[in-house]
Amino acid sequence: MTSSSSPSSLLFVIVGSNEPLFEVDLQASSQPISDAATRQSYFVLHSALDLVERSASNQMYLKIVDKVNQQQVSTFLTAGNIKLMLLHNVHQNKSEEAIRQFFQDVYELYVKFSMNPFYAYDTPIISEAFDTRVRALGRKYLS
Amino acid sequence: MSQFLSNSTILDRPVGRSQRSAEQNVSLSAFSYLFSEMVQYHQNRVDSVSALEHRLEAAGYGVGLKVLELLAYRARDYTRQTKLMNMLQFVSTTAWKALFGKAADSLEKSIDHADEFMIVDYAPITSTSVSVPADLGGLSVDAYISGIIAGMLQGAGFPARVTAHTVEEGDRKKAVFLVKFSASVMSRDATIIG
Repeated sequence: MTSSSSPSSLLFVIVGSNEPLFEVDLQASSQPISDAATRQSYFVLHSALDLVERSASNQMYLKIVDKVNQQQVSTFLTAGNIKLMLLHNVHQNKSEEAIRQFFQDVYELYVKFSMNPFYAYDTPIISEAFDTRVRALGRKYLS
Repeated sequence: MSQFLSNSTILDRPVGRSQRSAEQNVSLSAFSYLFSEMVQYHQNRVDSVSALEHRLEAAGYGVGLKVLELLAYRARDYTRQTKLMNMLQFVSTTAWKALFGKAADSLEKSIDHADEFMIVDYAPITSTSVSVPADLGGLSVDAYISGIIAGMLQGAGFPARVTAHTVEEGDRKKAVFLVKFSASVMSRDATIIG
């Protein structure tokens, strides 16, 4: 893969008010992604954050908020301003409906998880059960 | 080595289909007992009234953040509040009903200050069974509810200072939660159209 082509990646990140709370690579491929590709993916995701902050819509699902080269960032904003963000590639052709379903199911998972009185809101999520289920949702809707 | 008989986690439990599911309700006596224990716990660890109120507010804050997410999810319309008045309506009706079984008695706007609003409740469950001795002066255990309101507003992006006051009205008392929004909230709200 030359350095000019954009990496094919499917990255899902949950971002709180100060820091990322959860990250997972939903790509099913077994080939390891190069370091440069991963850094670029994170950069695109985080620069899209600025655009999310400025959106005034009262809808939670914000669809595609940023497009860089071939990469697109879709975002879902919860009531507490927690951002669920998905980085995907144009070539992957994920339908908006599939992404919406994915976000809605992860949102439900997130709300349930935050009901745990031992989980401090807006802190990193380190539950294995949560991680497994998000990956399962990724396989169900996005592959 | 203990045996875990089930593999279900909190992620499997239902989170409540509607806002009126009766099985979600907790008895007032259970709440009063727990709350009284919590107040006593904090009371033993502070040496001033304001520190006690501060701790109660901090306890309510965490509740507010989570209740906001839960109630927004239960509404099932995947929308969030972006306008100030809508958010205040959400707090004084939807949130109040879910937490206390009825909507707040009134939501008022201050005449003197554009950034101040009042949520009034005639019988807040945190203080109906509480009597404050004279040496604790102006203590209001409703600070817990102030914390809940503050948490909800902060989480939704409307930072505000919330304080609880007991006001005499004729022959009865009412609790007034004074909400003072930060300047950033007021200026942002002026720019949003709709």
